[in-house]
Amino acid sequence: MRHTLAAVALVATASLAQAQDRVTVPRSGKEFQSAETRALQDDETRNPGMLWVEQGAKLWDEPAGASQKSCASCHGTATASMTGVAARYPRVEGTRPEIVTLETRINTCRTRHQASQALAFESNPLLSLTAFVAYQSRGFPRRVATDPMSAKMRDVGYTLFQTRLGQLNLSCAQCHDDLVGKKLRGDTISQAQTHGWPAYRLEWQTMGSLQRRLRACSLGVRAEVLDYGHPDYLALEFYLAWRGDGLPMESPGVRR
Amino acid sequence: MTFPTRIVMPANAKKGEIIEIKTLVQHVMEPGYRRDNMGKAIPRDIIANLTVTYDGVEIFKADLQPGTAANPYIAFNTVATTTGDVVFIWIDLAGKATSEKRKLTVA
Repeated sequence: MRHTLAAVALVATASLAQAQDRVTVPRSGKEFQSAETRALQDDETRNPGMLWVEQGAKLWDEPAGASQKSCASCHGTATASMTGVAARYPRVEGTRPEIVTLETRINTCRTRHQASQALAFESNPLLSLTAFVAYQSRGFPRRVATDPMSAKMRDVGYTLFQTRLGQLNLSCAQCHDDLVGKKLRGDTISQAQTHGWPAYRLEWQTMGSLQRRLRACSLGVRAEVLDYGHPDYLALEFYLAWRGDGLPMESPGVRR
Repeated sequence: MTFPTRIVMPANAKKGEIIEIKTLVQHVMEPGYRRDNMGKAIPRDIIANLTVTYDGVEIFKADLQPGTAANPYIAFNTVATTTGDVVFIWIDLAGKATSEKRKLTVA
């Protein structure tokens, strides 16, 4: 009897996120934007994010670092080799409890294979390369792994999503689960889906990474704004990706 | 330093056809009214104008003002008359210019 109870408890914790609050029908962040913003995203001839995508295409072929290798030296043409790749990020690589995002993966390539320096977070070159790689997966459904380590990291992110923080004492879930579709000043509260990132945010008037967006959320609830690459943001990114599992990728998105 | 640009227009057109030309340029368009975290004024830095010539003749000109949003998108129509180069020149306040050229073939 005791064994059975213990087993039940174990199963309950193992599927913490799965058991509760899985968004039943994931809806793209785009749906919560105005008609004009949606049109801006859909029309690639107008979408300002395409400026970064095009620069990413140039950087892809540009030799960098001591190796003088470009991304193309190993990966060839991105339109062939990178299709669908971004839909598998962020991810857990190997068995370490670490999340690899598209940005960190690109920087690993730069330091390990190109013998160059890592690009700074939110720098135009990194945003451009990320946007370019993500663009190759437009329309691909996001897929998040469910191996034990991924499930563990997802639950770490889920716990953070449910944790109240900041002077306003709000958790992510209080808005993005409980109040979806309601108004927050001029904004419609979305489900916090992330498949449109990196996105062009009108408020910033520039392209930005998902972590910049998360930092803006931290600031919004008057919590401590953590550094780029902080494990909490990485775990949150991973949980959010799982939350929107199956949604088609749409970077470069346009968001208010 | 040149500004990254994006131009969308047809490469071929029939004589007399109305074609749409769309341009996008990556620029901060700093209006000059803002201050940084230290209270220091951020100097104005904007694209002052965009001039477009078609086969050597100016067909479009826009003067931009400090209220324009970053990464200005400008689209306009023109009539395809003859095969020639469409040249786009963006000039910022400091006089730095970025130019792009597209060939329009008219049949």
